[in-house]
Amino acid sequence: MAAMTPTPAPTAPDTGAAPAGTTAPAPASRPGRRPRPRVWRGAVLLLAGAYFLVPLIASFVFTVHVPGQGISFEAYTQLLSADGFTESMLLSLGLAAATIALSLLLAVPALVAVRLGSPRLRPVVEVMCMLPLVVPPIALVTGITTVLRWGPEHLSRTPFYQTFLAVQNEQFPVVLVLAYTVLALPFVYRSLDAGLRAVDVPTLVEAARSCGASWPYVVLRVLLPNLRSSLAGAAFLTLALVLGEFTIASLLGFRPFAVWIVTISGAHARMSVAVSILSLLITWLLLLVLSRAGTNPATVSSAPRTSPTSRKES
Amino acid sequence: MSPSTPASHSEGTAGGSTGRRRRRGPRTWLAALPLLVFTGLCFGVPLGAIAFGAVTRTDPSSGATRLTGEHLARSLQGPYLGSLIGSVQLSALTALIGGVLGVLIAQAVVTSRSQALRSAALTASGVLANFGGVPLAFAFIATVGISGVVTQLADLTSLGWSLYSFTGLAVVYLYFLIPLMVLVIAPALDGLRPQWREAAQNNGATGRQFWRHVGLPVLAPSLLGGFVLLFGTAFAAHATAAALVGGSVPLVTLKIADALSGNVLTGQENVALALGLDMILIAGLVMAVYLPLQRRSARWLR
Repeated sequence: MAAMTPTPAPTAPDTGAAPAGTTAPAPASRPGRRPRPRVWRGAVLLLAGAYFLVPLIASFVFTVHVPGQGISFEAYTQLLSADGFTESMLLSLGLAAATIALSLLLAVPALVAVRLGSPRLRPVVEVMCMLPLVVPPIALVTGITTVLRWGPEHLSRTPFYQTFLAVQNEQFPVVLVLAYTVLALPFVYRSLDAGLRAVDVPTLVEAARSCGASWPYVVLRVLLPNLRSSLAGAAFLTLALVLGEFTIASLLGFRPFAVWIVTISGAHARMSVAVSILSLLITWLLLLVLSRAGTNPATVSSAPRTSPTSRKES
Repeated sequence: MSPSTPASHSEGTAGGSTGRRRRRGPRTWLAALPLLVFTGLCFGVPLGAIAFGAVTRTDPSSGATRLTGEHLARSLQGPYLGSLIGSVQLSALTALIGGVLGVLIAQAVVTSRSQALRSAALTASGVLANFGGVPLAFAFIATVGISGVVTQLADLTSLGWSLYSFTGLAVVYLYFLIPLMVLVIAPALDGLRPQWREAAQNNGATGRQFWRHVGLPVLAPSLLGGFVLLFGTAFAAHATAAALVGGSVPLVTLKIADALSGNVLTGQENVALALGLDMILIAGLVMAVYLPLQRRSARWLR
């Protein structure tokens, strides 16, 4: 923190009419010191750029340059035919779709209801949605394995047992959808809450109802279009979360995308790095699309801000 | 959505009079019910299982369950305690470094006149802060791992560099912690009004004095909050470490995964649960510090 004192001093004077937020570097009044912030800023940004770009560039070089053989794009071309790639990718995408659907189906009615008629319920809903942030995924998974073990141990003679087996189906592990929905709730909540904040829900609903709209019509044609960008934001953050999730899936013994990368890394180091680069690009594209998704600047800028605390898998 | 009640349109508009709330309350409540039931079942039950398993022992032969502090005690001893300390050390160190560097970068970006640089840097931060987990580990293995590109070019091995160590892990963690700090602190730095600086200037304050008496006190909650958030993120991180170092660095997340994935004595699961409980307590403490700080900084900076 002490290190940041140097810059502001030169930028301080003469910012007069500069709008809050964009403090222009000091003009003429202290000509002798003018270059300083630029040098300082340039150095910081250069170093930061190097630190953040070198691993990306080096990873790409690693995937295309085979020592002694020259350039080859094999790691990328063989990807589609790689053993398990398609299955794990499809599994991840399916899980993501189910998670997005479930979390939105749970959160949208609850949040709209809180806005419309039950403001006293709001703290309850907020706490319920934000609490998963406090629990690291690895701790959550210890709890889930314990609960899943109850199935064979205590419930084997009850109908619940079938449920326990069904949620652990290898083809489509519902238990992962449930766990991911829990992990995604904080981001879905923040994104939707920001979107609802920008819309006067009671007035919109009253207006639509006064014009004779039915309730399904109000929700589908009035509310949801207004929430478009925050719905998209919630969906994209959830998608990114599910595609990258490793801890829960690997400890429960399933093999979606992130787990697959680790399993092939021993035999196909180049390919695992290639897939890692691709997944970064995919996340990048998702976030770019996300920031363009809405036309409302307020919700657009709020969307990326939900990402900082995102419990991405790390 | 249908449970959220047909509102008779003759009723008043925004705000919700008490009469309307009373009439609508019970039924709108129904729309929130699925969410509450879901979190109760899918989040509350596993949490309960952690807490219950961490403090009880079930005798396998008789099936009797009794309270015991043994698992929690074991989770605070020997290699388990070592892993907790290792995690806290790594998280504190990376949060501190990441926090300082993040502030420097954010300040460089915020004070820059270039709008393009600003939006590019913030978007990149958003992406990189989410670039954790397995892919990040592999990118670093390809870069500075044993046969990594930079390792070969710069001959890092002869300099004593190892990615699969505490330092290596810290360097990797910083890759997502610094952008996270930039994202968290940039709005706070934006919120420092230039007028405040001018006011201080007019009263004869030097830049140093401005920062000491105005800038830092206003930023302090955001800075602390950012640090705490970084700490929590690093503390909970598992996938990166799992893909990178396996077991060579003692971290509590890796110990839990070991204990869970079997090949260990029975009763170890309960120690895993106790470690999970320890983690939740530490993370809860972190959030208990973070949320009030965030609210406090929001008061100054809006």
